[in-house]
Formats: sequence, structure tokens, C-alpha cells
Amino acid sequence: MARHTFRVWRGDANGGQLSDYEVEVNEGEVVLDVLHRLQATQTPDLAVRWNCKAGKCGSCSMEINGKPKLACMTRMSTFADGETVTVTPLRTFPVIRDLVTDVSFNFQKLREMPAFAPPPGLKPGEYRMQQVDVERSQEFRKCIECFLCQNVCHVIRDHEENKPAFSGPRLFIRAAELDMHPLDARTDRKEFAKEEQGLGYCNITKCCTEVCPEHIKITDNAIIPMKERVVDNRYDPLVWLGRKIFRRDQMPGYLGGPTQERLPVSEIVADRAGANSPYGDDITFPLPTESLTYEHTKED
Amino acid sequence: MTDNTQTSAASPAPRAQETVERHRYDVLVIGAGGAGLRAAIEARLAGKRTAIISKSLFGKAHTVMAEGGAAAAMGNVNPNDNWMVHFRDTMRGGKFLNNYRMAELHAKEAPERVWELETYGALFDRTKDGKISQRNFGGHEYPRLAHVGDRTGLELIRTLQQKIVSLQQEDKAELGDYEARVRVFAECTITDLLVTDGRIAGAIGYYRESGKIVLFEAPAIVLATGGVGKAYKVTSNSWEYTGDGHALALRAGATLINMEFLQFHPTGMVWPPSVRGILVTESVRGDGGVLRNTEGKRFMFDYVPDVFRSQYAETEEEADRWYTDPDNNRRPPELLPRDEVARAINAEVKAGRGTPAGGVYLDVSSRLPAEVILKKLPSMYHQFKELADVDITKQPMEVGPTCHYIMGGVEVDADTAATMVPGLFAAGEVSGGMHGSNRLGGNSLSDLLVFGKRAGEHAAKYVDSLSERPAVRPTDVQAAIGTILAPLTRAEGENPYAVWHELQDVMQSLVGIIRRKHELEEAIKRLEELRPRVASVKATGGRRFNPGWHLALDLRNMIVVSECVARAALEREESRGGHTREDFPTMDPKWRRLNLVCSLVGDQVTLTPKPVPKMPRELLALFDKAELKKYLTPEELAELDEPSESTGGAEAGRSN
Ligand SMILES: Cc1cc2nc3c(=O)[nH]c(=O)nc-3n(C[C@H](O)[C@H](O)[C@H](O)COP(=O)(O)OP(=O)(O)OC[C@H]3O[C@@H](n4cnc5c(N)ncnc54)[C@H](O)[C@@H]3O)c2cc1C
Ligand code: SF4
Ligand code: SF4
Ligand code: FES
Repeated sequence: MARHTFRVWRGDANGGQLSDYEVEVNEGEVVLDVLHRLQATQTPDLAVRWNCKAGKCGSCSMEINGKPKLACMTRMSTFADGETVTVTPLRTFPVIRDLVTDVSFNFQKLREMPAFAPPPGLKPGEYRMQQVDVERSQEFRKCIECFLCQNVCHVIRDHEENKPAFSGPRLFIRAAELDMHPLDARTDRKEFAKEEQGLGYCNITKCCTEVCPEHIKITDNAIIPMKERVVDNRYDPLVWLGRKIFRRDQMPGYLGGPTQERLPVSEIVADRAGANSPYGDDITFPLPTESLTYEHTKED
Repeated sequence: MTDNTQTSAASPAPRAQETVERHRYDVLVIGAGGAGLRAAIEARLAGKRTAIISKSLFGKAHTVMAEGGAAAAMGNVNPNDNWMVHFRDTMRGGKFLNNYRMAELHAKEAPERVWELETYGALFDRTKDGKISQRNFGGHEYPRLAHVGDRTGLELIRTLQQKIVSLQQEDKAELGDYEARVRVFAECTITDLLVTDGRIAGAIGYYRESGKIVLFEAPAIVLATGGVGKAYKVTSNSWEYTGDGHALALRAGATLINMEFLQFHPTGMVWPPSVRGILVTESVRGDGGVLRNTEGKRFMFDYVPDVFRSQYAETEEEADRWYTDPDNNRRPPELLPRDEVARAINAEVKAGRGTPAGGVYLDVSSRLPAEVILKKLPSMYHQFKELADVDITKQPMEVGPTCHYIMGGVEVDADTAATMVPGLFAAGEVSGGMHGSNRLGGNSLSDLLVFGKRAGEHAAKYVDSLSERPAVRPTDVQAAIGTILAPLTRAEGENPYAVWHELQDVMQSLVGIIRRKHELEEAIKRLEELRPRVASVKATGGRRFNPGWHLALDLRNMIVVSECVARAALEREESRGGHTREDFPTMDPKWRRLNLVCSLVGDQVTLTPKPVPKMPRELLALFDKAELKKYLTPEELAELDEPSESTGGAEAGRSN
């Protein structure tokens, strides 16, 4: 058993402060366990959202030592003995109380996203799709709507003014998911992403991918292909497959390679759904936008 | 029937200045899990103004946690599968206590309901020929569970959530407002149903966020609130599972059945202590995982009960061949129904062959290559890696039983999902009867869809049939407000967390997997002592998002539902499915003919035995006579041999 100081943000929309609590931590516990112990023993009215305690529902999003995380998946053993753990609410969304924020922004954006359009002429039970074709969209359907990616995205993190025009990474993967759905009857997903969702605001800092607890390659597998196809027009699965056989360092647009052209890659060889970053894994984010080899989609 | 639902009339005088937000809807759906959302879709499709209410955010309901899949006899993987086989498996799993009509409708309609999800955008895993793939699961004769890796519940809830959104978009296009016909009230808890002259008039509750009171006036209500696992210490269930729907129904004058049957899932995590109870999906076993004790023995072969003897392999070799050649081999005993496996693990641990943390080993690492494990069980891999620092591709998992599901629930009419109270419907885990004494894995997700749809449809029809809507009575509203605010206004009172932990203690240690008469009696006594303490807990802090206060109100539901479980468990003197009595270790065919019905008289839980609806001949004919002998009484068997006119009970059974 160890003792830790928990520095928890307490307050509401009118303001608040960090309060320190001394708390006991048992072997194997996660941050959420400790918050529950605080509720049960020291401060029964500490507001915190949670449901599954197993990283499946995306309710317990908060910032732990400044990093956006799921409290139920952050093990206490990742902190040094006696280390002070600071827990604050998501910064991008208005605080309701303590660690609970108003995430309705995300639900509003989700509601504006045109729904799946069933293919005409196919009755229930007649849908036929190959596993390889559904897997691309399935990667995005792993999303647990924790909104950590939305929280970390600098376009809205400290820029309230961008919120009306920008839907955020959670919605970009939803657009990509429907775009790649083998039977979705709409063909304008990418145009919608560009025109209505503000895809152009994204400058591929990749922070969203970094925080995604489901390890969805938001940037590489959704945003970049969507951006490309906004320019390239219709998506061609053969081209997509063809690209997969290159190694990253053989890619024409690979950072560190000689070309400074627009990056044409969307997927790199990887052993699982979800590829590595075309920028390499040894880079810290956010990247300064000037140094990106990605050419911005022109916003006009 | 009682029309005053407030059992706690002693609450302090309501404050005159309390403002109440009011809404009017045709159909009110309480619960935004699979059952609630499917009901809401159907009610909206029938043109009804529908509200969906949920304690947590939209899309976070318990359904999101379901892993394994949704059972539907589509026959995509094994063409021999059909509704009759599914029906048989369901009845066997429930040890013939199921409401046969619910099991029949479920088996028949599940495929349609699953296919429908594809038209809403769901992406299930596929077979080689592009159909929905199906996996093996405990108690199912053929591969039957439509799935998406091990996150099927997420797919299901997200799909339904997105269908709701798509309906809202249609309404926006037509009427200029997303919420013209369907509105979601997230983080809102209903505390009482309002009943006027015996019929549903509305419901009242509070917003968790602001603590403000909200009143819904609606002639039809669908309860879809899930279960009650939080009354136990070791559970796979989330904080939402406090038996709210069960208690709301009771207080409104409806009845509960089969409350003694709780499912303890055999494989919950047992280490580290903080994750104790979190589920390890049955697909681990369906895909080849085996259970071993600390002596390395694959012990399940020793625990095959006689009723199942002919369907399960007797040697490891045969069991292993089954994974590749199911037609010519019998299935491994690891895939026995959950109650059997849970009891077996319990027995091994008791016999001293368990791990120090009180579990046994579940191993896939020695059975499947690492890539296959990663592909088939990705979220299990993560769960163990991140929560226990165990790599399941290299090491066995440590598992033990965890409280998982309640078979018991609100007594409903099979076809319409209507309860005893006009205007009140129930579907999903909160309803009872479908699963009998034990639920098969995968039968819940399909149950949500089948009966969610039926509940929505019939709630809409009921609204159409009304000539006028029952009015909410102001006195009822005032009393309900008093109840809600009481824990905050008391000058003195216990900490709700302390009382809750005691309640969990009683249920865990005295009303657990193996039950004994004197322990159940003691449990009832201790629950009675807890009741006044629950009624006088005090919540500190204010009204904005105050978990202590919310718990104080949830406790009021947990205590009455716990009492139902304990009383029914004491009454039923046999062992069947999710109810095991050490002092009555076998099944008794006489008890199979009876359901125990719980109701509230005043504030007392009362039990009344009631005959189980009688299965008609054509359904009985689906079983071997030899098999029926294990379940039916000699009189029932004798009736089977009589000429067919004498089975007039069949139709009567249908109306139940
Ligand atoms: C870990 C786990 C794995 C599972 N795996 C499977 C599986 O593989 N296959 C399968 O078939 N089944 C599985 N189950 C069981 C299945 O998930 C549940 O039985 C099912 O999801 C219940 O759905 P529901 O719609 O009845 O309720 P839920 O999805 O639990 O929804 C209940 C809803 O009611 C709301 N609510 C409750 N009380 C109130 C109130 N007072 N006021 C307002 N709203 C309220 C809640 O907020 C929530 O929205 C699993 C269960 C668990 C815990
Ligand atoms: S990559 Fe784009 S969407 Fe993701 S965090 Fe950066 S700017 Fe936001
Ligand atoms: S994409 Fe990942 S980070 Fe974003 S909401 Fe979904 S699960 Fe969370
Ligand atoms: S509680 Fe569900 S993700 Fe943390």
C-alpha cells in the first residue's frame, strides 16, 4: 500500500481550485479507484463520470497530470511512489462540476453528420460484404466516444471561436467510416467533411491519434485519406491496396526523404488494422505546422 | 391496484418554490440501452412523440459493455441452425422455466432484428461468402452469435444511437427541429412513475447535472433500465445497475417474477482486487480457451451434469476435435451453460485447487497462436495487459465467478411486453420470463432487439387506443419531489456509501451463488434492519452532479429489489439454473411449474406462487421424450400421451 497526494480540481462553471487529498492506494488500482475511495471516505459529492471501469464506455475522460486519459485505464503503478497526481477536467469543454464537463458539443456534431444511407434495392438479410472491406470502417467503429481526441485537438482546445465550423477528429473518423462503408449509398462524404465539418482546419498534428485509447489511427487512416480524396476525387480501392505494399521509407513523401511534395500516403504496411504514422514514430507532437510536408487543402 | 406510488409518504413537506420542468410525450422510454433505443425507434416509426431517458450519457448504457455477440439462428455458419434449435437451446438453458412464448418469439424474430441493424449501418464480422459471421457460445448448439470481435455491444448501441440520429435528421428535414419527435434526456434519473386510477400518467425524476426536478407526462412508458448487479460486491455491472426499473415497476403496482435467479458469470477477473468482477468474455472459451485448476487439470470434464451428458465431450481429444469438426464431435464441457461452469469453479476453489486470489486459470495462450488471439480477442488482450499486466498470448488468465445478469424482472405479456399496469411496458434485462432460470450468453442482445421492438410497437398502439390521457395528480408530484430532496434536507443521517457497502455485504455473502436456508433468513432479517437506515441516509453537498445524493436515491431501489431476491431464494426449495440451494441440491419438476411473483403490498414485499405458462404440444414435440423426462412431472408426461384435445392450457398460456 502506498500513499499519494491527489490534487483534484473542484469547482463549477463559476470557477474552482485544486484541492489536495491524502489517499491510500492499493496494489493494482487505477486512478478511478482512488477517486471512488475519495468519494466513499472523504468527499461524497466529488463529481466524476464513469460506467464500465474497463475502458469500454468512454465516460471517465479527464486530464491526469495534464494528459487526456481514461481514469479507469490509468494505473497507479505508472506513478512514482508518493508522486502527486493532479486530476483536472477536460479543458476543451465547459465544466459542469469537478471532473464532469459538458460534452454536448460532440453530440451536437454527431447529430449533424448525415446518417448511413442504406443501399436501395437490398432488403434486410441481403447485405453481402467481404471481411477485408468492412475492416477499414470497423477500425473507426471501435470508437468509444470518450472525446479525448476532441479535447486534445488544438483547433478547438483554446479556440472557442472555431467550434461552430469544426467538427473534430471523432467526426472525421465517422465521415471516413461511412465513406469506406462498402454499402453506404452516399458518395459525398468527403465533400461534406471538407465543406461542413471543417476538415481543412486540421493540420495533422496527430495529437488526436496519440491520445486515442482505442488506438485508432485517426490521422493516418481517416484524416489524411479524407483530405487526399477531397482533392483526388473518387476513392479507388485498387490504388489503396497498391499503396499498402510499400514500406514507409520507400514512400515518395516520407518525411526525411528528398521530396517536399504533398504526402500521397494513407496507409503503411502494418500487421494490424491501423498503420504507423507516415512521419515516423520518433517524432514528438504537436509538430510545428511549417515543417509538415503535407500541403493544406485550400480553404476558399 | 395502488394508485398512489409513494411508499415513502413520510418525506418532508415539499417546498413551494421548487420549479418543475414539464414535458409531454406520447411514449416515454426509460433507458437508453439496446432495449430502450430499439423501443424508441419503433415508437417513433409509429409516429409517436417519444422521449428517451438515461442515467448516463447517450451511448454509454450497459449494453456498450456486451462483448460476445447477439444470438440469432441465421444459419450462416452452420445451415442446420434454425429457430427451433435456438428455441430448444434457450429452454434447456433456462431449465424449462422460461415463458415458452417469449422464447419462441425470440428465436423466431432474432434474425430479422439483427439483419435490420445492417440497414442502420452496423458492420458485423463476415463469413467467407460475405454474410454475417456467427460464433460458438456456451449452451448454443451451433455457431449462432453475430459479433464484431469482442465489442458487439458497442456496435449494437452505436448502431441504434445512429439510427435515432437518422430519424432525428428526417424530422429536422420535415419539421425543422431535430427534436420534433424524438428527444434524448441524458443524465436524467427517474425516481417514480406516476399512476392515476391504476393507469400510467407520467414519471418524475431529476437531472443529474443540475439537480433540477423534471416531470414527464405520458400515457405509455417503456421500462428498459437493465439489472441490479450493484447490490453485489463482485459484479461485472456498472453503477447504473441499481434495480431502478424493477423498483419503479413494483411501486407502480406491477409484479416481478423469477427474482431468485441471478446469473453469476463464471469468468470475471479476480486479480488485481480493484478490477475484481470485470468480465472476461465467454468467447475466450468459445474460441478455444480452457479452464484448469492449480494442479493443471482441465476440470470441467468432472462437472458435466446428467441432463447434459449426451451433448458434451468426455475426453480432451474429442473436445479439441470439436472446434474444427463440430458435426462429428461433441462440444467441450467448458461451453456448458454459465451456471454449471460458475458452480464448478466455485467447487474447485473451495476444494483448495484455486489460485491464492480465489480463482482458476483460463488459458488461451497454449491453445492459439498469438496473432489469432490478437485478432479474435483484441479487447480482452488490452483489458488484461492494461489492467493486470498479463499478456494473454503468453500467460493464462485468473478468473472466478462474478454477478452478471438478473433473469428475474417485471412480469410481462409475451407478445406485447405489457405489464400488469395499463400503459407500462418493459423490455430487456429489466423484464422477466424470457430466460427462465438461466440466460444463455448472447441471448440478451437479441432479447433487447426483439422485445424492445415489441414494447415500442405496443406502447404506441396502447396510446392510440386511449380516448383520454390519465392526468398526473399534483399531490403525487409533490410527494415524489419530497422523496427526491429528502436526503439533502435531512439534518442528520448516515453516509449512503456506508449503508450501500453493508447491503452489498449481505447480498454477496448470504445470497450468493450457493444459498442456504439459515443464511437467507439472516439476509432477510438484515435487509429489514437496513431498510429504515436506507430511508434516513443523508447526502452532503449541493444539487449539482452530486454522486452521494444520487446513490442515496438509488439505494431506495436496491434495497427493495434485494429483498425480492432474498425472499424468492428462500421460498424456492430446489436448485435450478441461477439458483442453487445447498439444502435442496436437485431440480424438482414440481417447482418447474411455478413462478414466484413479487409485489408490494404497502411497503412490504409479498410473494405469490403462480403457474408457469404451459407449453403447447407443437413446441413440446420439438424435444425428445427422454429429455422432457428430466424436467416435467409425471402428470405432465402422462398428459403428453393423451389425445390432443386435452391440451387446452396452451392458448391460455399465451395470454400470459
Ligand atoms: C460485461 C458484460 C458483457 C456482456 N456480454 C453480453 C453478450 O456478449 N451477449 C449478450 O447477449 N449479453 C451480454 N451481456 C448482457 C447485456 O449486455 C445486458 O443484459 C443488456 O445490455 C441489457 O440491456 P438493456 O437495454 O436492458 O439495459 P442497459 O443497456 O443496461 O440500459 C439501461 C438503461 O437504463 C437507464 N436507466 C436505468 N435506471 C434509470 C433510471 N432510474 N432513470 C433513467 N434511466 C435509467 C440507464 O441509464 C441505461 O441507459 C453482457 C453484460 C455485461 C455486464
Ligand atoms: S491531427 Fe487534426 S484533428 Fe487531430 S488533433 Fe491535430 S489538428 Fe486536430
Ligand atoms: S476516436 Fe478515439 S479518442 Fe476519439 S472519441 Fe473515439 S475512442 Fe475517443
Ligand atoms: S469507465 Fe468506461 S471507459 Fe472508463
